[in-house]
Order: sequence, then structure tokens, then C-alpha cells
Amino acid sequence: MNTQLQESDLNPPTQKAKSAASQSMDTHIQVRNLNAFYGKQQALKDVNIEIPRKQVTVIMGPSGCGKSTLLKTLNRFLELTDGARITGEVLVDEQDIYARDVDVTEVRKRVGLLAQSPSPLPMSIYENVVYGMHIHRMYKDRVAYKKAVKHYLEIAGLWEEVGKRLHDPATSLSIGQQQRLCLARGLAVEPEIILGDEPTSALDPISAQNVEKRLLDLKQQYTIVIVTHTLRQAKRLADYVIYMYLGEVAEAGPAHEVFTNPQHERTRAYLEGQF
Amino acid sequence: MKKHWRRRHIVEAFFKGLMLVSFIVVAGALGLILWTILVKGLPALTWDMVTQAPQGGFYLGKGGGVLNAILGSLYLAGGGTLLALIFSLPIALYLKTYLGDSNWGQYVRLSLDVLWGIPTIVYGVFGFTIMLAIGLRASLLAGIVVLSLVELPIMVRAMDEVIRRMPVDLEQAALALGSTKLEVAMRIVTRQMLPGIITAILLALGRGIGDAASVMFTAGYTDRIPTSLMQPTASLPLAVFFQLGTPYPKVQQRGYASALILTIIVLIISIGSRWISARLNKYTVK
Repeated sequence: MNTQLQESDLNPPTQKAKSAASQSMDTHIQVRNLNAFYGKQQALKDVNIEIPRKQVTVIMGPSGCGKSTLLKTLNRFLELTDGARITGEVLVDEQDIYARDVDVTEVRKRVGLLAQSPSPLPMSIYENVVYGMHIHRMYKDRVAYKKAVKHYLEIAGLWEEVGKRLHDPATSLSIGQQQRLCLARGLAVEPEIILGDEPTSALDPISAQNVEKRLLDLKQQYTIVIVTHTLRQAKRLADYVIYMYLGEVAEAGPAHEVFTNPQHERTRAYLEGQF
Repeated sequence: MKKHWRRRHIVEAFFKGLMLVSFIVVAGALGLILWTILVKGLPALTWDMVTQAPQGGFYLGKGGGVLNAILGSLYLAGGGTLLALIFSLPIALYLKTYLGDSNWGQYVRLSLDVLWGIPTIVYGVFGFTIMLAIGLRASLLAGIVVLSLVELPIMVRAMDEVIRRMPVDLEQAALALGSTKLEVAMRIVTRQMLPGIITAILLALGRGIGDAASVMFTAGYTDRIPTSLMQPTASLPLAVFFQLGTPYPKVQQRGYASALILTIIVLIISIGSRWISARLNKYTVK
């Protein structure tokens, strides 16, 4: 990834090359003509974006720009809000997740969510990880579940800390550990996509760093979409950037292009810290 | 920085005083009730009282006890609470999960509040009418069914108030993993809200076990200990009522002793279930 960055720094792509690149991009999620409303207020206006597979996509923008709303449309969480309504399509692997015959629980299994602040379920550490696997009946016997719990706690970098006290309440963990537990719990149902809604904003700097590191490791296997309001975090994590302004996508493109050569004046202003 | 007595300080002192007075009134009333039944009932609270059914001439002052009423009350309240619980928990979960604050949800809550306010004697008479229509005699079964009707609105509304305080984050965390709403209700809400649910059950049990009017017509009264659901049964509130209604001081004293027994049973059940719920809420998210 580093080499990629340097190459393009040396040789900034022209407009033509860019569109060629986006055509060859391996698109995982495609959002088409998406509009979202809370009551009469329009929160998203005609959003059209493509989110690349197995990369970290960061959604940025000033507060109230609709970035969290956009994220919530990707796992059909917006419909949990009273009075929220959407039109348009969200395609995951070319299948519209809002189609009539789609099972919403299956969508949320495929598209995991790491929330802003960790919310462990009212159970033990072990049960928190096993919960999702149980409801989806993913394995046949106890041994398989146990192995899976260990596996995902390892991926989340938590096994060493909690392996010996799996049956303690999840709430007995520190907040940083809880967030990694939520990550393990989310990964355990084998999603393809991980959404993160400012997933480190409630954590202390060290825990935040730890979670960021996990996310960078995970992009080998998962498509990751993160909302953040910290520019530094965006720069550290992003392969692909979506910049939103007043409910519209102002700019979207590979991170190095958007950060070094923003096309939209709003993006430029934001990057220069004028917001 | 010297304190000057201003209007706002006086108002605060006044309200503090008011709260203290309220506390004294409430605690005093409880204390007086306990004091009365203790003083009047304790001398008559013998081993026989809790281990024997009434013998011949019991209500004239001869030997025996109120075991018939103790067991009768436990059967009635236990059965009634269980039956009410079987219906209440699903109703409360449905209210929260699917109806929420919608119009229908509010209609259901209003109906339950009205039911809550209906005097229990009305339930008793209602139950009696139904029993006459279907040819059921006064029995443990009829008592249990009517008591469960008395307890149902209390239980549902108390659970509803508790469940409505369910943290949204928790629910969303479970939904984000692909849970159905039912799974969230059954596996997450009930677990998180267990202490509150137990409190709701206790509240209903308390009303059920202490109620005389609803069981008077429906469960009847007998000196025998019931051995089947179709037999009539005694109950402690009615035992208190009948014994206090006699002209014999000794029997009246036994009435107070029966009241004491009833109070102790409620106390044991409350403390016991609080202990259990404290153990169970180890995992709840605070």
C-alpha cells in the first residue's frame, strides 16, 4: 500500500487515468440515486458512490452532513429510526439490499457494525462472542463454537487478556477492551463488510490506536467503511475517501488523490481546517 | 461567603422538612401496622397455627391452626401469578417490540390501566358469573384464574415501564448482528431487564396474595386442605376476615396471628426474590 502511495505521488494521475482506474476498481458496494429523509427533512441527496472491496473507505465531512446517515443505510439501520425513509438502491455485490425479498437479518449478518461506543450485551464475555453465531446457527457442536470464540478473540487482539476469564461479565472489561470485544462479536458472524461509526471516538488514545491497528489488519479480508470526524485518523486509515457536505457527496476518490489534490473547494477548505 | 437566608434557601428548607414529614408518615404507618399485628398476633402464633388445619370448634376457640389458609393462599397466589406471568411477559414484550408508542400501544396501555383500577370484588363477581354459566363450582382452579386476571394488568404495566427503559444501544447492538426483533426481546431484553421483571412479578404477587374479595366467591372457603384443582380452598385474607368477625377474643387474636403469617410470607418472598435477582443481574449492563 505504501508503494502505491509513493508511485502516485511521483506521478499524479490525469483525469483520464482516474476514470479508467475507477472503472477497473473492484466495487463491493454501490449506492445508486439514494435519498434519505427524516420526516420532511432531507438528509441525503441523490447519493451515488462506489465502495471498493477489501479497502478502507472513510466517510468524512462536517457534522450534520449526513455521513452517519449514509453509513446507516448500508446495513439498513436507518429504518430503525421513526419517520426515516429512503429511496434509491444500495447494491452489495450487485444485489439490492432494499429489495422486497431480502432478509434484513441476512443483510446485517453480511454487513457488520462497530458502533461509536461499545455496547456489550448483558452476558459473559464468551456469550457475547457466541451470541451472533448461535442465532445464525453457524456451527454444529459446542467444541466448534468454543474454537470460533477463541479464534475471533485472537483476531480482535483480546484473547491474551480475557482467555482466562471468559465467563466474567462483559461489562467488567475496560472500555477499550469492550470495543475490541464488540469487534470480535461482529466478526464472529462472518460479515464481508465492516461499518464503523466513529469507532474510536469514545476510546482513550492507546485503545483507539489498538482498534485502528486491528482495522488495518482486517482490510486483507474485509471491506471496511468508517465514518470519522478526525482528519488525522482519516489520513491514517483511508484508501478511499468520500467527502460529504450538506447531505451530498462533494467528492469521492482514492485517498491519495483526495488528500493531495482535492477537486472540490469544500473538500479543500475542510482539509485545510476551515471547518 | 456567609450564608444569608434568602427566599430560595427557605423554600429548600421547607421542602426538605416536607419530605421528612412524608417519610415519617409513611414509615410510621407501616410501623404501626406491624406493631399492631405483632402485639396482638404474636401471643397466638403457636406451632399449631402453622402446622394444623382447623379442628372442630376452631372458630369457637378450640384447637387447630390455619394451615388450610396458608397452603390455600400459596396455591392461589402461586398459581395465579404463574398464569399471569405466562401471559404478561409476552404482552409486555410485544408492547415494547412491535407496538412501541404507537396509537395501538397507547390503547392497550389505557385498557390495562383501567383494568388495574377496577376493584377486585368486581373481578370476583365477574368470575362467579362465568363460573355459573359454565357450571364450575368454587374451586382452586377458579380462584387461580380470577386472581391471574387481577394480577395481569399490574404485571404487564410494571414490566412495560421497566422494559421501556431498555437502552437503545444494546438493542441496536443485537440487531446489528442480524437478530430478529423476537430474538432481541427474548435473549437480550429479558436478560437485561430481569431484576425489573422480577420486581413486577412481586408487585403482582403481593396484590394477589393479599386479596380477599376476588377469591371469596371463586375459591370459596373450607377447613380442608385442597388436594385437587377442583376443590374449594381457604385463603389467609379470608381467614383473617372470618376470625376477626367472631365475638371470641381468642379467635380474634388468631386473626391477628394469621395476618402476621401473611405478612411474613410476603416478606420472605420479597427478600428471597430480591436475593435471586441480585445474583442474576451480574451480567446486566448498567
